[in-house]
Amino acid sequence: MTSSLILSVITFIYGFSAALYVASWIFKKASIGKAATWITLAAVVGHVAGILLRWVESYQMGIGHAPLSNFYESIVFFSWTLAVIYLVVERAYQNRVIGAFVAPIAFLAMAYASLSPNINDRIQPLVPALKSNWLIAHVIACFVGYAAFGIAFGISLMYLIKHSGRDRNSRLLALFPEQRLLEALNHQMIMFGFLFLSIGIITGSVWANSAWGSYWSWDPKETWSLITWFIYATLLHARMMRGWHGKRLAYISIIGFGAVLFTYFGVNLLPGLHSYSQ
Amino acid sequence: MKPKDPNSPIARIWDFFSSVRLTVVLLLTLAATSIIGTLIPQNASPADYFQAYGPFLFRLFSILDVFDMYHSWWFQFLLLLLTVNILVCSLNRLSGTWKIVFQKNPSVDIDRFRKIPNQTVFTDSRSMDALKAIYVPRVKRRFGYVRMEDTEKGFYVFAEKGRWSRLGVYTVHFSVILLLIGALIGSFFGFEGFVTIPEGEAQSQIHLRKTGDVLPLDFAIRCDSFHVSFYESGTPKEFRSDLSILVGENAVLKRSIRVNDPLHYKGISIFQSNYGKLPPNIITLNLVSEETKMEYRKELSAGQKIDLPEGAGTFVFKDFRNRYPFRGQDLGETVIGTLIAPNGNSEEIVLPLKFPGFDRMRKRALVFSVEEINPRYYTGLQVSKDPGVWVVYSGFMIMILGCYITFFMSHRRLCIEVTPKGNSNRVLVTGTANKNKLSMETVVSKITQDLAA
Ligand code: HEM
Repeated sequence: MTSSLILSVITFIYGFSAALYVASWIFKKASIGKAATWITLAAVVGHVAGILLRWVESYQMGIGHAPLSNFYESIVFFSWTLAVIYLVVERAYQNRVIGAFVAPIAFLAMAYASLSPNINDRIQPLVPALKSNWLIAHVIACFVGYAAFGIAFGISLMYLIKHSGRDRNSRLLALFPEQRLLEALNHQMIMFGFLFLSIGIITGSVWANSAWGSYWSWDPKETWSLITWFIYATLLHARMMRGWHGKRLAYISIIGFGAVLFTYFGVNLLPGLHSYSQ
Repeated sequence: MKPKDPNSPIARIWDFFSSVRLTVVLLLTLAATSIIGTLIPQNASPADYFQAYGPFLFRLFSILDVFDMYHSWWFQFLLLLLTVNILVCSLNRLSGTWKIVFQKNPSVDIDRFRKIPNQTVFTDSRSMDALKAIYVPRVKRRFGYVRMEDTEKGFYVFAEKGRWSRLGVYTVHFSVILLLIGALIGSFFGFEGFVTIPEGEAQSQIHLRKTGDVLPLDFAIRCDSFHVSFYESGTPKEFRSDLSILVGENAVLKRSIRVNDPLHYKGISIFQSNYGKLPPNIITLNLVSEETKMEYRKELSAGQKIDLPEGAGTFVFKDFRNRYPFRGQDLGETVIGTLIAPNGNSEEIVLPLKFPGFDRMRKRALVFSVEEINPRYYTGLQVSKDPGVWVVYSGFMIMILGCYITFFMSHRRLCIEVTPKGNSNRVLVTGTANKNKLSMETVVSKITQDLAA
């Protein structure tokens, strides 16, 4: 049993749990939702086993390093964090409709990591610049932040759907959390994400300083993480302006997640020197 | 801090800079304009830009400093506006927050608490005095500040905690200013340069990255040796330079540096950045005589002339090339020498390392090949000085701390009012928090259970 095999299987389990969450929402079957929770929990456990096994395998190959060093590994970690945070939110707020909007993100990320031909899922040796504990802290913090923003994105979509629903009491919207709760949850996820994104940018810049002697050099990846940070900082402040509630904040949250995705995927299309890609 | 007369120009400017609307506009503008520099590569050569964008855009972009936009006047101006915005806004609100945080005896507006929607009510049949004795210690378990006071008919217990968390936001804003100050110190009093040093040699001046100017250091860096190791796949695993810092003739510091493990000396940091191969200065030749079948070995250094055995003349090690094209093929690393025959005729000799039999093609009595070269590396070092880095790092720590306080702690106030009701007592539990109001509801219901038990 190799870690790659485990992680591929996990991908399908996430797909299954996402489908169950959606089914439980549409058919209003609490039992399906319960099953979805347990299956997600199982996927999370298998997922972390896969990550740990990958770590062990890298040592067996004689190039041991934490499984957080390339594109594939970071996406795998992102989906895991997203699923864990989601389960915590689900437990705290006892609402499984959120799962219908969030679980698919974990599934899509895993599917992209496993299936995209552009992504190399082999365990690769580390080039010297990547051998740093700051880098590990950097990757963990960034992707925990991104995961929280991913959930905020799902919640913002729900907010907009609920808000625009012509018939507020329609069958599908009935199980949605109240708007007030969605708004509070969006804000909470964004505060959590903002803290971790800040830590991520900071540890990344300490790492750059120890590796290259400059803590900030405006390379496109750095700059895009700062753009993302500016967008979420905007959201935190926009809340305090009159008339900036609910809908507009949901839009900023969605734009913010777009910036996250661009930092993550788009920047590789731009010219730059961030060695941490593909 | 706020100017007195609301219509004076200073007051207008003050109001302008204390608005959160300005913050939102500035942050969005910074986000949007930052994108430009990621689409247009920064600090490339003017010729490249000219070719890529044509004369018109080239002129326009040059005027707007787009090719180095993060250091342009307008981008720096936006950052300056943000700084003033943060300062004015924080000063504006600080006195109010200060009063709340550092007051000795917080005033309790019991009427306000009565109107808060977040409240629970129950009745308790124990006597007032018994309740006082029970409630105060129970509340104390959860709150830092607890006060009990009698009212006309009953009493109330007021408690609060996390007052100081209101300062969290100021910490975050202060940290942003620290970062900007640190960056400013770095750009005025620091430098970023690079130097390449061949093994065994020393350098006491570096090239600045921005301008390319030469900057002399008041010490020299000697590269005693350089080592590189590779993975099986051929990618570098680790590179390391053994360096000495020389003041005059003395090595005052000796240390090895690796990527991610720099050396610091007198505020200047030296980082392993890259490396390269230099032409070897010593090679070993192998000579085979076709006539006598004798084999000879000769060591010689670059430019050196040696006498050849069997009276074959002299040989000079003239050049070393990393590539040598030959009939459309690259022979790779190649030694080039000049053979001067006894009769004075000279002839160029090409000795590719990968093809030891190559010289047989000349069909002469003495066949040359290169047995060994002594490869020499140079190390590429980033040499930089940034006296602002500790200011920036303090800003980093304060920002993380401040965000944590701001996001996850709140100022919570609790009020329990007890009034007689018939033979029993009516107990009202209410609470407010300046943030995260949902979780305060949980606190109120937990306290209620606690008190009723
Ligand atoms: C990059 C710059 C800035 C950062 C990173 C930043 C960060 C923050 C954070 C994290 C919060 C807490 C938000 C929350 O509790 O949801 C906050 C609140 C606030 N910020 Fe900023 N801020 C910045 C610039 C500014 C500026 C320029 C102003 C000037 C008007 C400002 C005014 C405020 C105000 C008034 C609050 C609310 C304070 C309160 O809740 O009592 N911020 N800021």
